[in-house]
Amino acid sequence: MEPAAKSAGICPAKVSEILAKYSRRPDALVSILHDVQKEAGYLSEEAITEIASGLDIPVSKVYGVATFYTLFSTKPKGQYIIRVCENAPCHVLGAKAIVEALEKELGIPMGGTTSDGKFTLEYTSCLGVCGVAPAIMINEAVYGNLTPERVPLILKEYK
Amino acid sequence: MLEGCKGVRDALIAEVKRRGLDREVKVVETGCLGPCDLGPVILVYPEGTLYQKVRVSDVPEIVEQHLLKGRVVTRLVGEAPQAGVVKYEEPTYLGVQERIVLRNCGVIDPESIEEYIARDGYRALAKCLTEMKPADVIEAVKKSGLVGRGGAAFPTGLKWSFTAKADADQKYILCNADEGEPGTFKDRLILEGDPHSILEGMAIAGYAVGADKGFIYVRGEYVLSIERLGKAIEQAKALGLLGSNIFGSGFSFDVEIRKGAGAYVCGEETGLIESIEGKRGEPRIKPPYPGTEGLYGKPTVVNNVETIANIPPILLNGPDWFRQFGTERCPGTKVFTLTGDINNKGLIEVPMGITLRRVIYEIGGGIPGGREFKMAQTGGTSGGCLPKELLDVPMDYFTLPEHGSALGSGALLIMDDSHCIVDIAECFMRFFEHESCGKCTPCREGTARLHEIVAKIARGEGKPGDLELLDELGSVMQVSSLCGLGQAAPVPIKTMLKYFRDEFEAHINDRLCPTGTCGI
Repeated sequence: MEPAAKSAGICPAKVSEILAKYSRRPDALVSILHDVQKEAGYLSEEAITEIASGLDIPVSKVYGVATFYTLFSTKPKGQYIIRVCENAPCHVLGAKAIVEALEKELGIPMGGTTSDGKFTLEYTSCLGVCGVAPAIMINEAVYGNLTPERVPLILKEYK
Repeated sequence: MLEGCKGVRDALIAEVKRRGLDREVKVVETGCLGPCDLGPVILVYPEGTLYQKVRVSDVPEIVEQHLLKGRVVTRLVGEAPQAGVVKYEEPTYLGVQERIVLRNCGVIDPESIEEYIARDGYRALAKCLTEMKPADVIEAVKKSGLVGRGGAAFPTGLKWSFTAKADADQKYILCNADEGEPGTFKDRLILEGDPHSILEGMAIAGYAVGADKGFIYVRGEYVLSIERLGKAIEQAKALGLLGSNIFGSGFSFDVEIRKGAGAYVCGEETGLIESIEGKRGEPRIKPPYPGTEGLYGKPTVVNNVETIANIPPILLNGPDWFRQFGTERCPGTKVFTLTGDINNKGLIEVPMGITLRRVIYEIGGGIPGGREFKMAQTGGTSGGCLPKELLDVPMDYFTLPEHGSALGSGALLIMDDSHCIVDIAECFMRFFEHESCGKCTPCREGTARLHEIVAKIARGEGKPGDLELLDELGSVMQVSSLCGLGQAAPVPIKTMLKYFRDEFEAHINDRLCPTGTCGI
């Protein structure tokens, strides 16, 4: 099922406003994509086409950049994105058990979104908080020193 | 900042106010103090009492007892070495640490330019602009022996001299804050704890090479770093320490922040440049090097955050002062991040050339749970794994490569004897397969095959010849990959094969894990 939240997309006027903020410079593409995604929740086909024509560059180029970086998404995601680090420092301190606890608690596999559109669960690159590994990030909030027992308690704050 | 910490901060501010102490006691949100695993920590000045693992419920007691009545809450100061209180700046706590890069972290309010200036901030820039010629600045950096702290260890002064010599109408200074090496978080904590030191260092670099524009490329995930850098830039501009005609010298310098979007390969300097230009962050073919042809095709200096943080103290105190730290071949200090199976995790700064043994047992407090040390990975996931026989090797940019490893970004991942080599190797190789940008074949295909072979061995499906194949494939990648990512990806696996080959062989030949932990 498609998540409902924030998937309505973005209106062309808003895209145009963001492009104007960067003087329609193609070299500001990464910043533009950040702004559009922040507004719309993800980068829809319509938004990508709109950006391409506004900057007068090929759609393929915008799509290429949008899919190169892991923080950008061309599909709608949940209201809360749970990013789980499974790089070596977190792995050594038990990230696998955290992944299992999250999957069990939310009833979705890694990469999935809950049917109510509330949570998306995905892997991330190192979050740079290895001193408190294992760690996850929920939208912009970081949680460290995790144990499987703490997972339901943290999720409760968002449910 | 972790979620738990925000609660303690808010509670402390509220409680101080409720008790009417807000005119006498200033609550300052400072940069990292180092001991991450003891957090949240509160440091009370003037005497420097360090409270650790503070909970919101502890806050009223600290305010009532300590701030109001002057009695230290001893149950929150941890295991004091003597009967007294752990004082932050006492040698017992800092041990063998030397703080050059982290000189202000945890000491000043990073959001206050006045506090930075009070600690000699912007004095090095003033000295350069008013007393030194650009060539003298480069000469001083060359003489200091400073080499790049991002991992490649290229001599900083020499790098600057290439750009200084280049004839161009526009030059750039880029600060590489795209810290993505797993296990590394030093740049984040420098940016959060002392953002002005980076602006000052970049301006000095700009003066030295003739650049009037700088960019800081920060990981998109580093929300607080971006916020504090933004404030710092505004403050510096307001005081005329950035902008046009700084100190009336005629030299102008501006800095802008660029936010990354999640790509490990953008830590590679030409990948980073591509990303700032609004493209996929795929590394360029070198030469030409950025020093002569970088951002928008113009001569560009790309330096790591830690490298730049070293610049103001070197210029202020002179190269000879800097050379008294560290070793002859590799002067200065190194910021390390301690992670994994170690009692004291966190951020430390120590003289270059210190041994792994001293870091683990003197500063790190040893291995938890009474377990044995098995190996340490130096330099992040792209670094090598060292066994206990190499605990006494000096850690610097020249000695570690002699043992097949690298100092890299300074990440130290400590692993105890409960870990299976093959399981860890699979974790490393999965990372590189994911992060390869796909531009060049040796890396794109090589990282995928390395992961595939190791995963097979981990599932108990390895066959004779697999280890030789890993070795050979790794060697090909090291010589033929376009950038450091593909060249470094085989480093961990090669050192593991060198020092722990019998464990791989047990998985292949006997279908058995000697540690009994990987589930084969």
